[in-house]
Amino acid sequence: MANLVSGIKIIGDRTLKIVERMGAVALFLFSTIVNSSVSFKRFSLTIREVYYAGVQSLIIILVSGLFVGMVLGLQGHETLQRYGSEDSVGVLVALSLVRELGPVVSALLFASRAGSAITAEIGLMKATEQLSAMEMMAVNPMSRVVAPRFWGGVISLPLLALLFSAMGIIGGYLIAVVLIGVDSGSFWSQMQSAVDFEHDIVNGIIKSIVFGVAISAIATFEGYEAPPTAEGVSGATTRTVVSSSLAVLALDLVLTAFMLKGWN
Amino acid sequence: MERSTLNLWVGIFVLLGFFSFLMLAFKVGNLNLSSNQDAYIVTAHFDNIGQLKERAPVRSAGVLVGRVKAIRFDSKQYNAEVKLAIDSQFKFPVDTSASILTSGILGEQYVSLDAGGDEKYLKAGDQIKLVQGAVVLEKLIGQFLYNKAQDTPSAKGATK
Repeated sequence: MANLVSGIKIIGDRTLKIVERMGAVALFLFSTIVNSSVSFKRFSLTIREVYYAGVQSLIIILVSGLFVGMVLGLQGHETLQRYGSEDSVGVLVALSLVRELGPVVSALLFASRAGSAITAEIGLMKATEQLSAMEMMAVNPMSRVVAPRFWGGVISLPLLALLFSAMGIIGGYLIAVVLIGVDSGSFWSQMQSAVDFEHDIVNGIIKSIVFGVAISAIATFEGYEAPPTAEGVSGATTRTVVSSSLAVLALDLVLTAFMLKGWN
Repeated sequence: MERSTLNLWVGIFVLLGFFSFLMLAFKVGNLNLSSNQDAYIVTAHFDNIGQLKERAPVRSAGVLVGRVKAIRFDSKQYNAEVKLAIDSQFKFPVDTSASILTSGILGEQYVSLDAGGDEKYLKAGDQIKLVQGAVVLEKLIGQFLYNKAQDTPSAKGATK
């Protein structure tokens, strides 16, 4: 009996800790936005972070986008030719990339490539007491260190997701049209009649903006709240990747449900 | 990292993102700046619209001339009212007929317009009078079986 009660207590404790942490991330996100006037007045700070988060993720995003598109082209053609509709492979590649894979896969790659780097950088700044030194000089680390990194991530991810989708469609084109020999005209024209600008492309961009906010908020929060030890920073980096990946997938389900059903 | 090199790379990055947005919008998607603005809307009442959806194509002689704007149930006439947005560069006579057809066996359904011979053209808000609804496969099979049974009255005696 006592074991059962203590078991239930452990479950309750874990749940409360998760809820507390989500609340802390939300408060941290709020205070980042409140303190973000500096990152727009001195926009060069944000541009620096767009370079480190966005430009340095370009290679991994472009290459994996190309490969994902090629695999979609191969698999889509393989399945569609059973129904004699291999001309629709362009529709399959474009819709799955623009609606789902572009925003989600680039967000997962961004979380492990740039999110972990942001956490490690801020965590190490805290461990070596650079953040306390800034406070001593009356410089608010929230607006000087956290906010530019946050906005750098929010600006970078939608651009990366667009590049991922575009590269993926080029990859699908290379496999389906150049390699297998699907007719080029029907590849593009069926794609154009099936992909809607508002319902597919704009919704994909909205998704990637939401993912950008979530990943950047989690990454900066984990870095800022990391225990100031080597072990603490490494743990925080791992938590960033795990919890932002989970957040991306969960938010994707919610956003997709709303986008398919309509917002009202 | 030198400040100007940094700016250059971020500029290239933003431009690349912008170009891929343009590619997605115009090459992959169907965003067409000219067509949305000047379209006129005509209505047609169908007994059955089958699987017709909003934004389905409206074709004449197989060429895309517009899109289905809205579909709603007319509770006075108990049929489906379909609003068709037709590109204003295409004019159709008032006795044009509209029918719901399917592209291919498993393809999507679309509205087909067959031009009539009248000298007056359809205006915005007009109604297309000559309509042919979607073919429901079950009804078609039922009709076929019914006709078959009627044609061969001797079959009844044979089965007994």
